[in-house]
Amino acid sequence: MTTRRSFLQGTGAIVLYFNMVPTSVLGQQVAAGSNLPESLVANPSLDTWLRIDADGLVTLSPGKCELGQGIQTALAQIAAEELDVAFDRVRVAAVDTATSPNEAYTNGSRSVEVSGAAVRAAAAEVRDILVGLAADELAVERNKVGVANGVFTVDGSASKIGYGAVVADLQLARNATGSASPKSQDSYRLVGQSLQRIDIPRKVFAESAYIQDIRMDGMLHARVVRTGDREAKLLPPTDFSAVSRLPGVVKIIRDGSFLAVVAEREEQAVKAAKALVRLCHWDTAKLPMQSPTINEWLKKAPADVRVVAESGAVGSAEVARTVSANYSRPFQAHASMSPSMSIAQKSGDQLTVWSHTQGAFLMRGAIAKLVGLDEENVRLIIAEAAGCYGHNGADDAAADAALIAMHMPGKPIRLQWSRADEFLGEPYGSAMTTRISAGLDANGQIVDWQYDVWSGTHSIRPAGAKRAGHLFAARQIAQPLPAAPVGNIPQPRGGGDRNAVPLYAFANQRITKRLIPDMPVRVSALRGLGAYMNVFAIESFMDELAHAQGEDPISFRIRYLADKRAIGVLEKLREQMAAAGFDAVVAPAGVGIAMARYKNSGAYCAVAMRVVVDTETGQLKLDRALCAADIGLVVNPDGAINQIEGGVIQSASWTVKEQVRLGLNGVTSTDWASYPILTFPEVPLVEVALVDQSNEPSLGSGEASQGPTAAAIANAVANATGKRIRDLPLTAARIKKS
Amino acid sequence: MAIKLNVNDKEVQLDIKPDTPLLYALRNDLELNGPKFGCGVAQCGACAVLVDGKSVRSCVVPVNAVVGSKIVTLEGLGSPEAPHPLQAAFVKEQAMQCGYCANGMVMTAAAFLQKNKNPTDEQIRTALSRNLCRCGAHNRIVSAVGEAARSYREGESS
Ligand code: FES
Ligand code: FES
Repeated sequence: MTTRRSFLQGTGAIVLYFNMVPTSVLGQQVAAGSNLPESLVANPSLDTWLRIDADGLVTLSPGKCELGQGIQTALAQIAAEELDVAFDRVRVAAVDTATSPNEAYTNGSRSVEVSGAAVRAAAAEVRDILVGLAADELAVERNKVGVANGVFTVDGSASKIGYGAVVADLQLARNATGSASPKSQDSYRLVGQSLQRIDIPRKVFAESAYIQDIRMDGMLHARVVRTGDREAKLLPPTDFSAVSRLPGVVKIIRDGSFLAVVAEREEQAVKAAKALVRLCHWDTAKLPMQSPTINEWLKKAPADVRVVAESGAVGSAEVARTVSANYSRPFQAHASMSPSMSIAQKSGDQLTVWSHTQGAFLMRGAIAKLVGLDEENVRLIIAEAAGCYGHNGADDAAADAALIAMHMPGKPIRLQWSRADEFLGEPYGSAMTTRISAGLDANGQIVDWQYDVWSGTHSIRPAGAKRAGHLFAARQIAQPLPAAPVGNIPQPRGGGDRNAVPLYAFANQRITKRLIPDMPVRVSALRGLGAYMNVFAIESFMDELAHAQGEDPISFRIRYLADKRAIGVLEKLREQMAAAGFDAVVAPAGVGIAMARYKNSGAYCAVAMRVVVDTETGQLKLDRALCAADIGLVVNPDGAINQIEGGVIQSASWTVKEQVRLGLNGVTSTDWASYPILTFPEVPLVEVALVDQSNEPSLGSGEASQGPTAAAIANAVANATGKRIRDLPLTAARIKKS
Repeated sequence: MAIKLNVNDKEVQLDIKPDTPLLYALRNDLELNGPKFGCGVAQCGACAVLVDGKSVRSCVVPVNAVVGSKIVTLEGLGSPEAPHPLQAAFVKEQAMQCGYCANGMVMTAAAFLQKNKNPTDEQIRTALSRNLCRCGAHNRIVSAVGEAARSYREGESS
């Protein structure tokens, strides 16, 4: 049974939030009784997905963006599989609001699930249509016609014609019907293969691969000048004439507290922006908390309190002993390797924006609202930047470029954020704190489980016109847009409460989410959202309980698991650990394990980490990670392993090093020196094993390893030192002090 | 002012200020895609190029400091038809996710392998310790550099 209560805790809070109901936000209502995948229902015309030219070359046009996760390759594999063409005959188009299907955001590790299903169905149907055309052309019965490598076969032998020969008659401007059935898995020849990614050669050979590589005639270079506080007001005097006389400066744009400079050359824009910084005075609010006081602040802040899951009757069981603990994480940054940028050009009443956003169509609406154009007059074209790992500065930079371009009709404006702009301007992963309280019966069995999580929002994406107020610049301009309500993603996906509901079967449990709508710094979606923190907390606590009872941590977990696939990854991990000699580890080394199913509906992932701790200095060496994952049907094993491996390393970096530092006057992490991340000598070896579950639907692998890695490290440190650290990051100072 | 540079074995003349960062000359004037802007303050390595065989961070090098030097970018290292061993190894090992860091990794490793033809993994990690990767592709990158070193040696002994 799940009950939901909501009441306002604290005083004086204006609670602004909205429930992000997937169907309305994604604009992808699944028609009742439809057998078509959701993306195909939303974008039914086959020609939005696929084109085939007279040479038989296939162009696939999905609505999901390449973010370095290899999605274009995986989708090309699915298309080539269903169309029976060679893999290298498929091209993948970048997302463009003028031509692509609207697949909302590329997030939540659902691209292979959602877009993959649509591509599979669309390609199967197109193949079916082509086979029909070939039957006419060859004057044979339709059921005699097959396809091999893009060439039609009759009774299994190659005919003289291929796809190219019949495309003149191919009409794809028609809605998908779902009439063709996709291939059965046992006939797969491409899906399930570790094909090389299609984007890697152009990156290795420095061909045009990124948004940064787009250069346009007459392009001007722009920089914004701001603090990290989008509510900060630019104070008089604002005489910038000295800067406008600097070499190459074309224009200084000021709209309220939005300030930007446009120059002919990039280094001129950089210099002019630096000169502007010296002339600006900002009225900016003091922060109500600094790094050391985040936890206390979160627990006292006005919050919307909801019980998000409840089963049995908490407090009803006979409890011999109650154990509780508090855990926390600081604000953490996406810290993409490429600071955000965008190119925008206003031509007549049209505005075109090149961006590395994760949601082209939603950004179109937000930008149109911000600059006061009709949505039809705004076009977003997506090109890849460095990995974003969630909602970073991409959308804000696109909005900045759009605002500047509106002041400079005709000119392509390339707006580039500096490294500091990115660190200060991006919305962070929210600081969070959790409290777990478990009631144990006389046998040490968990019979009562209460879990509380305090968190800011994990969703302030500028999703369309209504949420344009989330854009950084939206609050700076002279006619600011009202701040949009912060997102509150309900269970079962959850935002701050993502993975707060344990996968374990406890007889009585209550999970309470406290959403703090008004945070002192901007926060939004960072890879895994609340799952990183909640899995860290639950899996640390489970280890503490196992340890207190002298029980093996894997067996202890399995006792509370009903989900066979969860048990499967733990058992796989146990095998890997035995093979790697993880059983025989002694102090100062330690091994820790953890497991979760992402979102309780996505990929299963279990991680074991071996660490070595120098107890004198607290220095922590991450030595080797083992990982067992179940992601259902695997489209590209190496691609999936790459993402899981990268997730382990990124999470390890968050867990042992990262925190956005807050001082009285704001964020003080502005570069890689003040926001250090894991470096080569500090990175553990990572080995990933995929559990074979090819009869199950594909599950995204991009966010599965974040939570388990954090807890595995904390558990390893506890096993190595006997000391439990419950606050992230696990710095040397904390390890030494504990 | 006219600045003469030697980039990827070509002499070029640019009408830019002598203090222009080399990165902007390469990316904006010469329209090369290899070196990337990552931080602008010599902290990440994304902008690495070879100057007289040494890996340097082009975001903090003014163009007048490299007049008369041989500058090599990722474009100059190899091509799909004739890849540098590091480029071939990065493809073979699929040594990236987003790949934004790859230029810096390849260029830094190219200079390193000139000095150490038979490196241990640990030496490779140390050589790349000032190059950042946010996607966590580190282990694949180390494998790729090791693989390139092997094929270098084989190439020389054959
Ligand atoms: S861009 Fe030059 S080191 Fe980062
Ligand atoms: S592969 Fe993305 S930063 Fe290294």
